[in-house]
Amino acid sequence: MLTIASKILKKFCSGLALKVLHGEKSNSMNIVVCVKQIPDPAMALTLDDSTKCLVRDDKLIMDDSDSYGVEMALQLAEQAGGGEVTLVSMVPGNQTSGLRTALAMGAAKAILISDEALKGSDALSTAKVLSGAIKRGQPDLVIAATESTDGYTGTLPVQIAELLGWPSVTFAKKISVQGNREIAVQRQTEAGYDEVISPLPAVVTVTAGVVEPRYPSFKGIMAAKNKPIEELKIADLGLDATEVGFAGARQEVVDVKDEQQRSAGEIVVDEGDAHERVVAFLEQLKLI
Amino acid sequence: MTLKRIWVLAESFDNTPIGTTNELLTCARSLAEVVEAVTWNADIASLAPLLGAYGAKKVYNLGDLGSSMPGVVVSQALHQLIQSGNVPDAIFVPSTYDGRDIAGRLSVRIDRPVLTNIVGLFYSADSLITQHTIFGGTKILTARFTGELPGIYVIRAKSFAAEPVQTGSEQEVSQQEVETVEVGELGPTNLAHIESRHVEQRSGPKLEEAPVVVAGGRGLGDAESYGMIEELAKLLNGAPGASRAIVDQGWVPYSYQVGQTGKTVKPVVYIACGISGATQHMVGMKGAKNIIAINKDAEAAIFSIADLGIVGDVKKVLPKLIEAIKSAR
Repeated sequence: MLTIASKILKKFCSGLALKVLHGEKSNSMNIVVCVKQIPDPAMALTLDDSTKCLVRDDKLIMDDSDSYGVEMALQLAEQAGGGEVTLVSMVPGNQTSGLRTALAMGAAKAILISDEALKGSDALSTAKVLSGAIKRGQPDLVIAATESTDGYTGTLPVQIAELLGWPSVTFAKKISVQGNREIAVQRQTEAGYDEVISPLPAVVTVTAGVVEPRYPSFKGIMAAKNKPIEELKIADLGLDATEVGFAGARQEVVDVKDEQQRSAGEIVVDEGDAHERVVAFLEQLKLI
Repeated sequence: MTLKRIWVLAESFDNTPIGTTNELLTCARSLAEVVEAVTWNADIASLAPLLGAYGAKKVYNLGDLGSSMPGVVVSQALHQLIQSGNVPDAIFVPSTYDGRDIAGRLSVRIDRPVLTNIVGLFYSADSLITQHTIFGGTKILTARFTGELPGIYVIRAKSFAAEPVQTGSEQEVSQQEVETVEVGELGPTNLAHIESRHVEQRSGPKLEEAPVVVAGGRGLGDAESYGMIEELAKLLNGAPGASRAIVDQGWVPYSYQVGQTGKTVKPVVYIACGISGATQHMVGMKGAKNIIAINKDAEAAIFSIADLGIVGDVKKVLPKLIEAIKSAR
């Protein structure tokens, strides 16, 4: 008991020391992580016949790509010596199962914009909704995945940054906080990477290489059940039903057809000589 | 009917257009009467004629962006042009890091949606139709913009062949106009800056251009085993590639990655070693003429598209394969 108390005291003191070191301004960092709840990619995905939208009626899970952002946010808040990690998510139904996973990892709370009118929203409308919700909290940093696993549009985080009027750094493979209110990011490029410095507030998108996400602990899972999820309607964000969803989308799916498939060729089970078959194949192509 | 004018964001490296730039110019040429290019961070005297060779009649030059992020500056420049009444019918953007940044910011600035991951484009019933592969390439989805022009089209590499304009043809650019665009005040979005650039060296043919690609995945077991991939690639005059899984593990640099977020390759033969065939990997290599897959798991998705599938341990098959090729010479 005593050791726990002293640990807590130590942590408190180190946090205090940080604050003193950097003057009167607190170093705490409030971070928003955009989390998408998607159908389990391991299950067969289907499209609605009439709307051509991905069917998202079943249980939704947290997009695996978002677990890196959640982990990064938790670590950055801890390094900063305080601050809260808030999740922001949007879904036409009111599913929260995916958000609970991120809460179990350690996020403090979530904001869920859940409105039937959101069905069929394009990325720009989605960015308007999410940035509206983010603005209310005035965070220091917004973290998102580079793209979602089910839609992979890949422009949403930058659209959010532009709507907020903030700088953005996409494809981060490393993030560190420098001094007061500044981040250093290693951003992937075609040739290697750029070292980018950005003041806060900013939007950063993270790749899967940025950090190793933790598994929620049993304690975390139990605690997540009671963490607050604030549910908002689009009207709460001052948005009109005509600006979002199918009504606001200025793009449409024309049709969906089966792609001509490559068919599987010859399968050889290796019994110690399968490499000979590969050699023959390459010889046929005159590569050897 | 065709479109009047298309802008192509002509990304370049070392004053040379990247492959996708030439692909987009070629595609734009087939869809519109006039193709114009937008360039930045390049010596315009060297770059402009190269773009002209692929049909760019006019080049908007933004000059050296210094340490600014291209996404912010280029989107601002295009917004300025559009505000001044210079409105194209469509804007083609390469699906690169900077391309996606530009498309996202521009979309908000001019309040137009974006269609991304485009792998095909054609004109039908008075609109430009986009094609996208979904569900790991098992289905092809077509879409279009329904609102006001211009639509923003983010197009994947290797979706179109790059062909220079034939000399003497109607589309030959005899005189090319270069317009310098002065970018106005940028505000807080431009506060992020590039402190330094790091180039990760690699030898041998470029991954995107190599006739043979030998790629390794998690099935290799450890980073050291990647040496076999490099050796086999070298023996076949090919380039080594990688799945996202091992790039994320830090075994090889990101520039080796093949797939959705990495490079798109279409070699004569692609040899996938210890790669299970995640959707995001397959979209980057399923255009290969021939696919050979070596994987322990007989159920691995990669076998469904392989012309030759070897169910076996890469750590056993690869050393024998390397030896056999060496002795065949």
